[in-house]
Amino acid sequence: MTHLASGLQGHRVVAVALGILGWAAKFVAVVLVISTMSFLLVRAAPGDPAQVMAGQTGAADEKMLAQIRQEYGLDQPFILQLATHLKRVVTLDLGQSYRQRQPVTTLIGERLPATLLLTGTAFLLALASGILLGTLAALRAGRWSDTLLTVVSLILYAMPVFWLGLMMVLVFSVQLGLVPAFGFQTIGVEMGPFGRALDIGHHLILPAISLAAVYLAIYTRLMRSSVIEVAQQDYIKTARAKGLAQGRIIARHILRNAILPVVTVAGMQAGALVGGAVVVETVFAWPGLGRLTYEAVLQRDYPVLLGLFLVMSVIVILLNLATDVLYRFIDPRVTTQAAG
Amino acid sequence: MNRREFAKLLSAAGVAGATDIAWGVTRAVGQTRGGTLNTIIQPEPPVLVTAINQQQPTLTIGGKIYESLLRYGIDLKPMPGLAQSWTISPDGKTYTFKLFPNITFHDGKPCTAEDVIFSCTKVLTETHARARGTFLRIEKAEAPDPLTVVFTLKEPFAPFINSFDCTTAPVLPKHVYENTDFRQNPANAQAIGTGPFKLKEWVRGSHIHLVRHEGYYRQGEPHLDEIFYRVIPDAASRSVALEKGTVQLTQWTDVEFFDVPRLSKLPNLEMTTKGYEFFAPHLWIDMNNRVAPMNDKRFRQAVAHALDKKAIKDRIYFGLGKEATGPVSSKTRFYEKDVKTYDYSLDKARRLLDDMGLKAGAGGKRATITFLVPPYGESWQRLGEFVRQALGRIGIEVVLQGGDIAGWGQKVSNWEYEMTANLLYQFGDPALGVTRSYATSNIRKGVLFTNMAGYSNPAVDKLFDEAAVATTDAKRQELYSQAQKILCEDVPVVWILEQDFPNFYDKKLKNVITTGIGVHETFGSVSLG
Repeated sequence: MTHLASGLQGHRVVAVALGILGWAAKFVAVVLVISTMSFLLVRAAPGDPAQVMAGQTGAADEKMLAQIRQEYGLDQPFILQLATHLKRVVTLDLGQSYRQRQPVTTLIGERLPATLLLTGTAFLLALASGILLGTLAALRAGRWSDTLLTVVSLILYAMPVFWLGLMMVLVFSVQLGLVPAFGFQTIGVEMGPFGRALDIGHHLILPAISLAAVYLAIYTRLMRSSVIEVAQQDYIKTARAKGLAQGRIIARHILRNAILPVVTVAGMQAGALVGGAVVVETVFAWPGLGRLTYEAVLQRDYPVLLGLFLVMSVIVILLNLATDVLYRFIDPRVTTQAAG
Repeated sequence: MNRREFAKLLSAAGVAGATDIAWGVTRAVGQTRGGTLNTIIQPEPPVLVTAINQQQPTLTIGGKIYESLLRYGIDLKPMPGLAQSWTISPDGKTYTFKLFPNITFHDGKPCTAEDVIFSCTKVLTETHARARGTFLRIEKAEAPDPLTVVFTLKEPFAPFINSFDCTTAPVLPKHVYENTDFRQNPANAQAIGTGPFKLKEWVRGSHIHLVRHEGYYRQGEPHLDEIFYRVIPDAASRSVALEKGTVQLTQWTDVEFFDVPRLSKLPNLEMTTKGYEFFAPHLWIDMNNRVAPMNDKRFRQAVAHALDKKAIKDRIYFGLGKEATGPVSSKTRFYEKDVKTYDYSLDKARRLLDDMGLKAGAGGKRATITFLVPPYGESWQRLGEFVRQALGRIGIEVVLQGGDIAGWGQKVSNWEYEMTANLLYQFGDPALGVTRSYATSNIRKGVLFTNMAGYSNPAVDKLFDEAAVATTDAKRQELYSQAQKILCEDVPVVWILEQDFPNFYDKKLKNVITTGIGVHETFGSVSLG
């Protein structure tokens, strides 16, 4: 028996190790494909970074253009440039920004925390509020509160992010003076760590709400329909017939099942949050990756752009993995099916 | 230059120097010392070393950190900078500058004539495309003593004296940059200059913090303790920052043109369009002279008649500017106002098109032109739309084509365009900022801001060449006037506007705009309250 148990355990460890290795191989393959595609896409757009850089000085000559092209290897054959890029990806040396003359890893490293804070807060805010409001709407389906929540969700969904951001600045910052209009923190004032954290939190309110709004609307609508659908399942009727308390039925049986589609969509959309952050970070002068992306696109700063694509794709892949893990945690059937 | 003119120049230089020193002392009295200036920088500059990068934001902040030998007044006359006086030899080839004593770099080391020579002859000729054209004319550079710089030119070049503002000829520390790769020198991150402010902190994406240079050589300066340049990418947010008092100064395009009338009414703000005289931004409709029908000057003249410059100025730029009459801005030296002008007249435009045989076909259409809309913001799109409608009235169908900065730059510099718009600086002298757009020798494929239209006229080339080396202002004026008259007859491009940009600042701020480079100046004399 002991031998059989340890044999099974060993078999399981090997299976898990193989699973992790398989996932890692897929991860590397996906990253390399994305890196190659990003490189090809970025280069397909017309325009020359040397021209952009030289042009912005208001005066240029051939020597300046040649210097820039030589300095950044833009005069190398296309294939060689692609090979250099892939080598950099593998060695995690993302090169140097054409424009800012800083290592790309430094630039991304400086901006990543601000974006993670913004998108993370917006994501949690949208998810928690969406689940809560969607559930409330479903439980009051057909009543005025359901109609109100539905209308508000649709308005939030339809509203452009930049417009919502500007309107909130106008009302809550300019008119009421409750929150800062823009920026990551108060500049030029010495604060302790706690004070600084509060200050950043204060600055985070408007951008996080602006970014969360559209996702909140989606999750609310999704959760509402999911809860309504699950509530009509036979096992819920059985639970009710068995006399289980309504609260227990909602918490243990309805929510746990209804949340699955929301988690799936949220996992898929988490990557899109970074895209939404481009606009929000611009409106609110939030020093994150979104703005770095926007500036890199304008400047044709290839190394920064490719570095950002790489980091974003890694984030999306990891988020998908997290979603898978979360899925198994919420719904044990997924694990069973996978094992079966 | 004759002896009398030379003497006049000498005395003017001396008086200017003496006046400025006295002035500095007077200004210091009664001015508040201390305080913080919050302002905007947009977009965020790549570096702060103006010798290496000459983008506008770099120059705005770099102007506080780096200085040059001279400054230029609103009237573009030279004033003392690092040099307290200067002389020009009668043959116009030797320029002698005397530096102020006790100038130090931010690292505490003294700034001497050797640093000036090193910067002009070694660094700028390597890294600064605009300065290269000027400083490669130096035959010999000497420092007879630590406070004297003598430049001897290969041949006279009158605009040489206009080339020592801090955006063109910043002085770098030789002891830091000598025998290094100037672009990759680690000191670029510290930005070591002689200016009244030095870099304390740069939080990328957020702000750049400058603080007082305690060893600054001008007594009593700077008045301010520190300057924060905040990176605020969204125009609406920048206006909010100004309205709320979060920032006390905006410049260039920080504020959208349509916001200018509203912000001008705020009681706590002052607005001025002064401080752009050195750059003299000149806006024009660029036409590829190589391509029909733009290769016929009657077509270009017709376009000039069909565009209502006043309407463009008032409706798109909200009155910020002056209608341009020719290739030289009235702010720039040697402007000639007595040139052929093109009043707004659709009849004249149609007659010119008829004369050249471009008759109206079905639906009144004579030709179809593609207009590349410059990708620099809202006003350019409006300008494109205006051109489309205006030329439509004379039977020219204009197709607007958008794109991004890189795409636009590539097409225009490679002459793959028919019509576009452009805004170029004149840098105080036609030889520095005007000739480049019309000289045959500057038709250079693949290089932006050269003679992209492809205009070529040997008579104009000769006049420009002679004017650049003429040693008296009278002679230069005569030659440039002739060149302007020919160009206004040929209209290689249609000059629209001498564009102004608004500087908004809190009324508590004093001495904000004192020279022809405005907000790019050192701000040593700026004070609060």
